[in-house]
This record gives sequence, C-alpha cells and structure tokens, in this order.
Amino acid sequence: MATDFTQQGFSRSPQQRATVTSAIPSQIPSRRSYPRRQRLPSLNGVALAQGLGWFSIALGAAALIAPGGVSQLTGIGGDRRSVVRGVGIRELASGVGILTQRNPAPWLWSRAAGDVLDLALLTSGLRPGNPGRGRAAAAVAAVAGVLAVDALAAAHLTKHAGHPLVSGVAAPTDLYFETSIATAKSPEECYRFWRNIENLPRFMESLESVRALDERRFHWVAKGPAAAVREWDCEITEDRPGAALAWRTLNGAQVPNAGSVIFEPVGPGRGTIVRLSIHYSPVGGRLTAALAKLLRQDPQSQVREDLRRFKQLLETGEIATTRGQPTGRRSLIGRAARRWRLTSSN
Amino acid sequence: MKANVWYGKEHMRVEEVPDPRILNPRDAIIRITSTAICGSDLHIYGGYIPGMLAGDIVGHEFMGEVVEVGQGVRNLKVGDRVVNPFPIACGNCFFCQQSQFSLCENSNPNAWMAEKMWGHSPAGLFGYSHLLGGYAGGQAQYARIPFADVGPVKVPDGLSDEQVLFLSDVFPTGYMAAEQCQIQPGDTVAVWGCGPVGLFAIKSAQLLGAGRVIAIDRFPERLRKAGEWSAEVLNYEQVDVPEALQEMTGGRGPDACIDAVGMEGHSHGVFGAYDRVKQSLMLESDRPPALREALKVCRNGGTVSIPGVYGGFLDKVPFGSIVNRALTIKSGQTHVQRYLAPLLKLIEQGAIDPSFIVTHRLPLEQAPEGYRMFRDKEDSCIKVVLKPWADPPTLNSRQSSGEVEPQSEAKPHLH
Repeated sequence: MATDFTQQGFSRSPQQRATVTSAIPSQIPSRRSYPRRQRLPSLNGVALAQGLGWFSIALGAAALIAPGGVSQLTGIGGDRRSVVRGVGIRELASGVGILTQRNPAPWLWSRAAGDVLDLALLTSGLRPGNPGRGRAAAAVAAVAGVLAVDALAAAHLTKHAGHPLVSGVAAPTDLYFETSIATAKSPEECYRFWRNIENLPRFMESLESVRALDERRFHWVAKGPAAAVREWDCEITEDRPGAALAWRTLNGAQVPNAGSVIFEPVGPGRGTIVRLSIHYSPVGGRLTAALAKLLRQDPQSQVREDLRRFKQLLETGEIATTRGQPTGRRSLIGRAARRWRLTSSN
Repeated sequence: MKANVWYGKEHMRVEEVPDPRILNPRDAIIRITSTAICGSDLHIYGGYIPGMLAGDIVGHEFMGEVVEVGQGVRNLKVGDRVVNPFPIACGNCFFCQQSQFSLCENSNPNAWMAEKMWGHSPAGLFGYSHLLGGYAGGQAQYARIPFADVGPVKVPDGLSDEQVLFLSDVFPTGYMAAEQCQIQPGDTVAVWGCGPVGLFAIKSAQLLGAGRVIAIDRFPERLRKAGEWSAEVLNYEQVDVPEALQEMTGGRGPDACIDAVGMEGHSHGVFGAYDRVKQSLMLESDRPPALREALKVCRNGGTVSIPGVYGGFLDKVPFGSIVNRALTIKSGQTHVQRYLAPLLKLIEQGAIDPSFIVTHRLPLEQAPEGYRMFRDKEDSCIKVVLKPWADPPTLNSRQSSGEVEPQSEAKPHLH
C-alpha cells in the first residue's frame, strides 16, 4: 500500500506534527535519546482493528451462506433468515470498510453500533419458552464481549486520529528501519560528502542520478525498468551541518519515504558512526517485503550495502569490486548468484 | 590467459580465461612469474571451504612483474618486481591504520556473507571463496591487485623468486604464529604440523629466541626438514605426543604451542573416527585434533597460537582447559603487509632462506596434479611452486594430467 507522507503527516499544525514525528524520522532524534529500535507506536491498535475487520467478514460470510445455521446456533429460531442475512451484509460492509479504508475508526464504530442491534435481536431469544434460550444467553454474552472490544478499538483509534498510522498517512504495511556503520572519517567529512547530494548515486546502487532543483529540493532518478517508480522529488527537511540531515519525498512519489542520517562522533580521533533511518511503504506490502528480504532485495539489505559503499568511497576513494574480473565458466548457481547480486563477482 | 579454475570438490582445470583488467583506480595488473599451492588451498580442493562457485580462479601465493597500474597507484611502476600479500587491505580503515591488515573493513565486497557466517567480515582474500570477496586468484598468468599501493612489496633482483615468493603468505604466517607466542628467551615451543607454515613457525620461533622447538608430524621428510632447522621432532605415529611433551618439559608442558594443522587434522583412534564421521555428516565443519592436544598440553598460563585455518564450528574443544589454566589463545589470518619489510630484510641478510621448503616445481598446466600430490603427500611433497610461463609439459597437456610426467625442469628438487 503506497502512502503519501505529505498528505497530513507533515501538516503545519504543531500538535499534529508532534504526533507524526514520533513515527516518522523527519525530525532528527537527539543523540542521547536515540532509540535503538523504534517500533511504530500503537501498531497493536491497528492490528486489533484488522483482526476485527476479518472477524466481521467471517461472520458476515457465515450469516449469508448459512443463515439458518446461524439462527439455530444463536438460539433466535429458524424463522429469522432474512434478518440474519441483513446482519451478514452489514458485517461484510463493516469488515471491508475497516480493512480497506485509510481511517478505520468510523467503521469500527459502525461495528459497535451493529453489536448493539444484534444484542437487541438476541435478547428476543431470551423469552421464556424458547427452546434455544440457553444458546441465546451464550450469544448475548459473546456479543457483549465483542462490543466491548469494538468500542475499545474504535475509541483508541479515534483518540489517535492524528497518528500517521491511524489517519492513513502511514499504512500498517509501512516499515521502519535503522542501520549504521562506523567510519574512520570525522563527522564533518561524512556530512560534507553526503550533503553534496549529487554524490549519492556513487554509493547508492539503486540510484541513477540526483539533480538539485534548488537548495533544498532534489529530483531523484532510480535505475531499473519500473517506470512509475523511477523518478520522484524529495526535500531536505532538516539540515544540521556536520551533524545530521533529514529528508522526505514530495507529493506524487510512488514509493513515499522519509529518512534521516546522523553523523555521530565516536570520540577524539575515533571517527564517526553514521546512523541512517528510513521509513517507507514497501510496494506489495509486508509479505512481499519479507520475500524480498530473503533474496536480499529488500531496502534494508540494500541500504546497508549502500552505507558500506559510502564508507569505502569516503575512506579509500573507491568501491571494492570484482565485477569485470576473469572467471571460468559459471554454473547456473553462479549465474543466479550474480543475477541477484549475492556476490559482487561476475 | 591461462588460469587454474575450481569447478568442484577435487575438480580443478587449467584453462583459457579472459585477461584481468584495471577495475578501480588503485588497481595494478601483474604478470605472474611464480605462484604456489598453499596448504589452505587444499581445503578448497577438498571442498571444505564454503562460498566457492564453479569457475573461481584460485591461488593466493604469487609474485611477478607489474605490467599496468591504475591512476591511483603512485608507488609502483610498470616493470617493478613485486611479491603480493594474500589479504587485500585498503590502508585507510580503522584496522589497516593499526596494521591489522587481514581485518580490513573495505576490501570484501561480499562482507554480508562473512557476517552471516562469522558475525563480522575480515578482509577480502585472493582466490579464497566468495565469503572472502570472490577475488580471482593468482594461480594464473596475470592477476589484478586491488589496493596495489598498499599490498605488493618490491623485491631486489638479487634474490630468486623462490627466496621471496613465500613472503606472500606462509613465511609471514609462520612468523606471526611465533610472534604471537610472546616468546621469552629460552622458552620451549611445540609446533603441530611441519608443512610450510609449521616449518616457518619453527624457524621464526628460533629467530625470536626460543630455547627449544619441538616439531610434531608423521611424515619423515617433513620431520627431517624440521630437524634440519634444528627442531627436536616427534612422530605422532610412533609416540604419544602429550606424554612425550610432558616428559620433555618435566611435566609442566611447553610454554607455547602452535597449531599449524588446521581444519583437516588427522588423528588416530576414537576421536579421529568420530571427527571424520561428524565432518562428513556436516555435524562439524572442522577436525581439530591438533588443537585439542595443544590446549591440553600447553603449560599453565601459556599461549596457544593458531595459524592453521579453521572455517566454522568445532566440537569437543576443551574450553575448560583455557579458562582454568589461564591460557592465551592467539589466531587470525596473517597481517602480511605488516611483515613484508622486516622479513624481506631477514632474507637479504641471509638469516633464512625460504626456498628451503620447495620440493616440487611444475608448469601451471600441471596445477591439478600438483594439488593431488600435495594432498596425498606423494613423492615427499611439501611445497609446490607453479610456473605460469614455463613450457607446457612435453606430452599433450590435454591428456589426463595424472599420466603426465613432469619434464626435467619440473623434476622434484631434493635437498
């Protein structure tokens, strides 16, 4: 799921901005408080909503496919098939809404409201003499519990409506990672090399070129055949000479991302730790991202290698390679290893 | 050019491959005049080194003449005669600045692989698997040398190839193994394995002031060489080594022990069979009988230095012996660049003649045959030097190499 970080997350409202920066590293964290592993906050709230969405769909499907069975099971009697079908349609709508809409909160409230209707329906099954009275009582208890969970999730997401995950600025599929590398160069040297943005394609393997549009905005062109994601604009959101840089993609980027790089001095004459944080929406979602990781085609592995090349270039003036050296005849495995860039060798 | 190419376990072929070219500004190309088969190449030959790909050019002990330099190389010029160190080092990173060249952070383009295996990546090496960079090796007519302004050392014309060739690996490796023992004058040093590294460790221990050096092997010709370099020798097929070392040191144990055997150690009895079974089932990657013995017999507070190559995971290593007896363990791939100048000086002064270890000289075409001989210790083989530009054997070189008679120039050279 592609996300547009520029939509709301970086709005001018200071209140909203404060929430947003807790998830997206557009603001450079101070060195001391820099978290080792930052998780997207309230991911659990979002995950809970997703669980409820699937629950709705399952329930809705059951009600539509076997309304008689559902009536029996809940003890409301066999003559309420059309009512149960209606409940099923409502549940399906809620589920689809929760799962597909950027802001699931209203759809969770619709679920809660549906629960209240269901309770009214079910209590009718509690009438004396109903043979399914026991089952109806159990169903009432179950729906009351679900109502509590729905209300809790809906309230939670409503409360955090400004949050990028909740408001849809970031999707639950968004990923965040940090990676770092120690270099023998000073923070100033590292910063200077990085701030000269035109240097980036020299060590970022997936980049074709970066061109300055003005002091803070840059046009990026990626390598590769995917024309839609090949080009985007990006702006520097924070610039601390000799210390740090942060950036984010501008409107219209197909793969929105935001990131920061911190040049942290290790000690006198001990060089610099370069810390890079990236927040992005993987094309194809988390499953694709996990597959990509296996093949080392995921952004984290690639950025880690980019950082290594940055260090090599800065320290030695060149990037170690074996590509183009002589070899004997490669087997299928050898050619595959090269194809997937598992080894630098040809 | 012709190169010795690895295609699988015990499967190497000398064949035509493209010539190397300059890929980076700090590269140089050398025309190789002599190259050697290292004991550690036998681990590749035997299929024990992970990360090899069919088509890899092997070999990491070589020397030759500079034929091309990149624009970033100012200390070498075309025509210089150089010996090349087997680790590739940038000279700029944290480790290179501390002369720990074999730990260079910038020379392994496949560092991620080594990190998966070992946690961190050491330097790239010539012809020693993709884990260590996948660099084309030097058992060839030409080689590309990355960071040529840091690695190769110029050698004077007055010294023969065979006198200086082993500066590329085995001499500094034996020397570093001895240096790591922190030898005090009069110390007793025991050396497991009298192959080239073991022999150089023996000689180096003496140069560093050891009083007694005890050499352990089972091949008479190797023990004879050790004896010629005035070591006392133990044949482990004839004596119980731990018991003998205890006796020789009054029950205290040697002050320092050097394991110059590595991952394919040979031993008898239950442990020997146990290791072979486990290794073949891939339940352990290395067979460490020499290391086990060294850790047991070394004196309390002594040093065990390990130049022998181990690649992965070892079993039944008496770690309690290290802790309870305060042993110091030293190891590492050799920081060859650190030793080139001082050891070249020792050779020039005549303190040591490294050509002493050479037993066989073969044209490059016969490299596969050389590997087999060296592995089987056939014909008293200790060190094979390959000549990339020597005339091919008189017989048709396409013939199965096993039947090729070495021509007169390549006859075993016996001392």
